[in-house]
Amino acid sequence: MDLKYTQEQLAFKDEIATFMKEKLPKPISDRIRQGQELGKAGYEQWHAILNEAGYLAANWPKEFGGAGWDAVQRHIFEDEMSKAHAPRIVPFGLSMLGPVLQAFGSKEQQDYYLPRILSGEDWWCQGYSEPGAGSDLAAVRTSAVREGDHYIVNGQKTWTTLGQFANKIFCLVRTSKEGKLQEGISFLLVDMETPGIEVRPIVLIDGTPEVNEVFFDNVKVPAENLVGEENKGWTYAKYLLTHERTNIAGVGASTAALENLKRIARLEQDGGKPLIENPHFAARIARVEIELMAMSTTNLRVVSQAAAGQAPGAESSMLKIKGTVVRQELNALTRMAIGPYAMPFASEAMEEGSNAEPVGPDYAAPVTGQYFNNRKLSIFGGSNEIQRSIISKAILQL
Amino acid sequence: MNFDLTDERQMLQDGLRRLLADSYTPDARKAIEAGDNGFSPDIWNSLAEMGVIGALFGEDDGGFAGAGFDVALVFEELGRVGAVDPLIDTAVLGGGLVAALGDAQQKELVEGVIGGGVQLAFAHVEPTSRYDLSRVDATAEKAGEGYEITGRKAVVVNAPAANHLLVTARTSGKASAENGISLFLVAADAAGLRLRNYPLVGGGQASEVVLDKVPATLVGPEGGAYEAIAAVNARAVLAISAEALGLMEAIKELTIDYLKTRKQFGVPIGKFQVLQHRMSDVALEVEQARSAVINLAGHVDAAPEVRDVHVSATKNLIGTVARQVVEESIQMHGGIGMTNEYELGHLAKRLTMVDHRFGDADHHLERFIALAVA
Ligand SMILES: Cc1cc2nc3c(=O)[nH]c(=O)nc-3n(C[C@H](O)[C@H](O)[C@H](O)COP(=O)(O)OP(=O)(O)OC[C@H]3O[C@@H](n4cnc5c(N)ncnc54)[C@H](O)[C@@H]3O)c2cc1C
Ligand SMILES: Cc1cc2nc3c(=O)[nH]c(=O)nc-3n(C[C@H](O)[C@H](O)[C@H](O)COP(=O)(O)OP(=O)(O)OC[C@H]3O[C@@H](n4cnc5c(N)ncnc54)[C@H](O)[C@@H]3O)c2cc1C
Repeated sequence: MDLKYTQEQLAFKDEIATFMKEKLPKPISDRIRQGQELGKAGYEQWHAILNEAGYLAANWPKEFGGAGWDAVQRHIFEDEMSKAHAPRIVPFGLSMLGPVLQAFGSKEQQDYYLPRILSGEDWWCQGYSEPGAGSDLAAVRTSAVREGDHYIVNGQKTWTTLGQFANKIFCLVRTSKEGKLQEGISFLLVDMETPGIEVRPIVLIDGTPEVNEVFFDNVKVPAENLVGEENKGWTYAKYLLTHERTNIAGVGASTAALENLKRIARLEQDGGKPLIENPHFAARIARVEIELMAMSTTNLRVVSQAAAGQAPGAESSMLKIKGTVVRQELNALTRMAIGPYAMPFASEAMEEGSNAEPVGPDYAAPVTGQYFNNRKLSIFGGSNEIQRSIISKAILQL
Repeated sequence: MNFDLTDERQMLQDGLRRLLADSYTPDARKAIEAGDNGFSPDIWNSLAEMGVIGALFGEDDGGFAGAGFDVALVFEELGRVGAVDPLIDTAVLGGGLVAALGDAQQKELVEGVIGGGVQLAFAHVEPTSRYDLSRVDATAEKAGEGYEITGRKAVVVNAPAANHLLVTARTSGKASAENGISLFLVAADAAGLRLRNYPLVGGGQASEVVLDKVPATLVGPEGGAYEAIAAVNARAVLAISAEALGLMEAIKELTIDYLKTRKQFGVPIGKFQVLQHRMSDVALEVEQARSAVINLAGHVDAAPEVRDVHVSATKNLIGTVARQVVEESIQMHGGIGMTNEYELGHLAKRLTMVDHRFGDADHHLERFIALAVA
């Protein structure tokens, strides 16, 4: 047992920290620090900077243009990104589809799509959920019927995050109604410019149009866009979910959120003194910080077991529950910290390019929105209830 | 001991529930959000006509009820439909303060409030006063017949629509002293008064208020307004707690309904035991919230040391339960609970904001410790 990084790992950490200092554009990190949204262009700019350094695909093997880092290096990278207030890497192409194509895609698909993910030519979105298929993902009904060398796709996806930015969508579609639900699902790559696709925004509780409904009306998709074998999509879908759950603990994001909370609690006044000196509030902060310290080590214990390029198993369900609960508690405490200034609805101050003067202290504007928006963390990617079922089945064997 | 409503209150509840059901459709609320006032003048007038505003005042003040249980009844009904009308600001706070401290001429304003023609706002909270009721930095100085106020007020709910502001300012004493706080009436169009208006999370509007030598008339004794402010604040805590209870009941019903109708894995999700148990917890905490509101309603006009124990106990419990109800109901809805369009979004936001007015759960925990534990 040794909790310290090795010499090489320390050198790697320095290299990443220096990179962040030199290459992360200040207008971008300022927005992230203040909890403001980043538009499509901001993400693309940051992806391009990372790609140039070879850091964009931290979890891909070298042969596909990835960084080829091991789990500890990836952890260090995530950590340094959060500390520097770098935007998150948009996961749909890099953490989700990439690993699936590497494991199950054809040589042609790998050669065509993977470089386009790295270069930013393609922005992917995830077409899993449907109105009737949420937690029960295997109930997807969007159908793909083979006609000659095409599939004809009909149906509806929903909750599609940032679908408004995407030019491509990977979908779970039903190709067979025989047998078990899981045995009739295929994994299909769809160009969103194809006729018959319509994207409609869904406004979330904090006022942001972050997700979408995507409708398919007789959409013609070339048969070569099928990943792997027909009716084997469920296997690939689950493989993707385990990758989606890497870095699910969000230690870096919570560390940054804790730092922000403490900064705010030092600036807020309570009874003529800084709020952070209020013993009740300080105790609340201390409780989450203690959780976060332990979670950080739980996270390292889990990720260091996973081999390079691999995702952790059912243990990632524990990380997801703890990670989201800690993050949500930090968001709730930050909301409490700003007192009456949680009340103004400040949507326009959050938009990119807005010069609207904030109401109250500048750190207050994004706080209430973030609290509500991050309730999603315990719902998507397999709700926390579903994660608990996975733990009790797969780990506890109940 | 009797927990039933009197006949008069039962009638008021039935009438108000019908009125709100007819007028407070989700579409009507969306129209309100898009409008300039933060509320609907039509609904406001019907509330006045039905006597709902009058029910918040005692007979001495021109009303016809005004006990704690009347206040609780009215605000629970408003909460059930997620109403955004500024009844707390215009009636409980504004009207309440003028009724408590005003002279005969000033009290004509209360008549206007009860009739529905006057809007008021209480400009008391300041940018760094947080939930501290006696922390006032704004100052007032004598100028001829009246006074002039200089200072800043924060998140003044309903200021954009108010005809008059009730402004607190210090005429003596240091920033946190109870003595030395005076109450003033300021006309909305007074010289030197600047408002920056904005919408609130969960509905309604507010302003950041800057006062630069604004002419003002004293209401009540110079330097001696604190006692009345604390008494009116207690009624506002009762009102917002009862509103929170109504919001909780509405959210509870919506969530139970959803658990019965949403199917996953071939069954209604309400068949999953983990959700049954969590919904049961929510239901029992909402009963606790109801009891806390009853406790405060029964003591809101008691002597300050008794009253304030109940103010803090109730507001602490309401704040704690509100968070649980909001977070659990969103979670049990899944994705649909995250949307703006679905009814839950508005109710959940409004319920969450209850903790940010008149002291949050922690603030009242500390006050309760000071008053009842330590
Ligand atoms: C902001 C946001 C972004 C999203 N982005 C995407 C995206 O990009 N692509 C995509 O495909 N999907 C996306 N999703 C969808 C997300 O994966 C689903 O919301 C999630 O799977 C839950 O499904 P549901 O919303 O239908 O809830 P439901 O499955 O209806 O669940 C409702 C409640 O029931 C509980 N429940 C369900 N089944 C059980 C059970 N067996 N035992 C116990 N409790 C149970 C759930 O935990 C939840 O509390 C997103 C969702 C959100 C909120
Ligand atoms: C101090 C004491 C005094 C008692 N006095 C009396 C008495 O005077 N007369 C009398 O008749 N009995 C008495 N009992 C017995 C008591 O009623 C039983 O202990 C109780 O009914 C639980 O049964 P069990 O101990 O067999 O536990 P089990 O029923 O085996 O339960 C074990 C655990 O499983 C949980 N569980 C069981 N079924 C479910 C389910 N369907 N869903 C979710 N969780 C479940 C339980 O909540 C518990 O946590 C007493 C017990 C104690 C400890």
